[in-house]
Amino acid sequence: MGSRRENPIDTRLREIMARGEHALIGYMVAGYPDERTCLDVAIAMIDGGVDILEIGIPFSDPIADGPTIQRASYIALSNGITPLKAFNIAKSIKDASDTPLVAMTYYNIVYRLGVERFIAMAKEHGIDGLIVPDLTYEEADDAIRVAHMHDMDLIFLVAPNTSDERLNMIAGVSKGFLYLVSVYGTTGERDRFYDYTTNAIRRVKGMIMGRVPLAVGFGISRKEHARVMIDAGADAIVVGSAFINLMEKSKDGKDSMLIDIRQLACELKQATRSV
Amino acid sequence: MRLKHYPIDGRFGRFGGRYVPETLIPALEELEKAYMDARDDKDFKKDLEYYLKHYAGRPTQLYHAKNLSDAVGGAGIYLKREDLLHGGAHKINNTIGQALLARRMGKERVIAETGAGQHGVATAMACAALGLRCEIYMGAKDAERQRLNVFRMELLGAKVNRVYSGSQTLKDAINEALRDWITNVKNTYYLLGSVVGPHPYPMMVRDFQSVIGREIRKQCMNVIGGMPDAIVACVGGGSNAMGTFYEFLDSKVDLYGVEAGGHGLASKEHSATLCAGSEGVLHGMLTYLLQDENGQIMDTHSIAAGLDYPGVGPEHAFLKSIERVKYVSVTDDEAVDAFMNLAKYEGIIPALEAAHAVAYTMRIAKDYGNDASIVVTLSGRGDKDVEVVKRYLEERSSSHG
Repeated sequence: MGSRRENPIDTRLREIMARGEHALIGYMVAGYPDERTCLDVAIAMIDGGVDILEIGIPFSDPIADGPTIQRASYIALSNGITPLKAFNIAKSIKDASDTPLVAMTYYNIVYRLGVERFIAMAKEHGIDGLIVPDLTYEEADDAIRVAHMHDMDLIFLVAPNTSDERLNMIAGVSKGFLYLVSVYGTTGERDRFYDYTTNAIRRVKGMIMGRVPLAVGFGISRKEHARVMIDAGADAIVVGSAFINLMEKSKDGKDSMLIDIRQLACELKQATRSV
Repeated sequence: MRLKHYPIDGRFGRFGGRYVPETLIPALEELEKAYMDARDDKDFKKDLEYYLKHYAGRPTQLYHAKNLSDAVGGAGIYLKREDLLHGGAHKINNTIGQALLARRMGKERVIAETGAGQHGVATAMACAALGLRCEIYMGAKDAERQRLNVFRMELLGAKVNRVYSGSQTLKDAINEALRDWITNVKNTYYLLGSVVGPHPYPMMVRDFQSVIGREIRKQCMNVIGGMPDAIVACVGGGSNAMGTFYEFLDSKVDLYGVEAGGHGLASKEHSATLCAGSEGVLHGMLTYLLQDENGQIMDTHSIAAGLDYPGVGPEHAFLKSIERVKYVSVTDDEAVDAFMNLAKYEGIIPALEAAHAVAYTMRIAKDYGNDASIVVTLSGRGDKDVEVVKRYLEERSSSHG
């Protein structure tokens, strides 16, 4: 282990946190709005200031996702997106930028290809981390072992109702960062957050004891939200549906859509810098 | 190892498990604890027995279908009459059990999914009887096809939420019920309708349905004078089959699970998950699925809406893998023929789901010979299917010229 190179996710987060800043993690759906345009979307997000890019590999039955990402996944699948095509999209992004990439998908997509094959292929295509929202700690032995072999950061999720005991176990195995789901619910923009979210951030941060950075996601769409999460102790925030909603609303053509995406990333990134 | 001892640590062999977003883990742990507690509790058992007897109408009869047996030739065919239960199907065995559990857990709100509406109706009944608030998720396509069942659920006091995502059918209704549960996890009880989903549902629903097999065993002693030679049940998610088989898993009785062959397995328009599917993870469980080479869940087809599901209970996947149960399929055509034969010979109109089991029983009765007895679980009555069959027969006769 000693001679192994640090995973790019770890390096990126370490550098950002050393500057006293916080990270912006942006989420996109591979193949949305189409295979070609999603590359431009990725670049616009990165240009705007996204520090780590999460690439969703669509699944037909995404139970952790709200209507926005469901719609985007459905369109991407109708466009014929496959895990292999999503990997190729990741590779193209990686060729154009050194931004760390995280794949996000459901366990059946991984299982169908084979855990070993999926992780090896993802790594070959420049993906540094993997988030699987329906893969719990108890079912993850195989994935943890294989991910370790391929230096893939397997990133686990926790929720506001996760017990201290489970939190402690999960924080011990999550690599890259620990992903706290901010709300009871699915992904998707929200107008407001309740105290239980900031309480959860404080509690999780305390339980981690510096073992791994803490990212908070689900529902965050504005810089005010980002600030609230960061003030409560988040090291990074994840924003996804807000970008997709922008793309859905955009009527003035691709160029103006890309400007809007870049602008949103830029605003959110501002909020993650120290005050 | 006795097969009745499964699941072990939430798994049937390698199948089952708990593949869900982390938010649901505390809820599933709470549910498992509450269920294990209730299962051994005298008062809970007494309540369950009371409602099964006086509300649902148990025990159901084991009826010797003599006319059908004579017409087919070979083994004596015996019908386990779950179609006579309140609501017209076995579904009530499970919904009464889980609604009692929800009440015991102090949950004020019950949600459930439904395909054609059978489980939704049975859930709405149980909730009305026990004074629980109830919301049902139903695919928009299914709600359109089964408008009367939507009205029926509303009459019973349930709120019906139409689901417009994905294929707008049963699997999407389950997705949406799971999303609701993730959102309202504290006060909501998710009343799943089959032996599917994350642990403990496959075990718990099987246990509530296993009253079917226990009664069959007792009744066979009186009616046949011993154990039957074979038992047949239809499999969609697989709850009536699991409830039928469980009592006999450690016996020598031949067990057959009949899946929906739709237009034939080669057509890809079917719901025969165990016969033609592959391993995967959906709705919280590792099991057999109908999926494409990339792991996307496929659209399924069956003339029987209750069998139209791309997954199957993990215990069935296990029983297939160790070859304890033989899983076979019957086409739409064969099921409709059996539907008509049972109506004609016995004056009983079976649900199209159950007609699949009847069709397979008719296929094997001769092979078993005159001295043998075969029990087939008639999981529901066919009133709901009369219109579908009428249309099917009209189309069949016009396409055959």
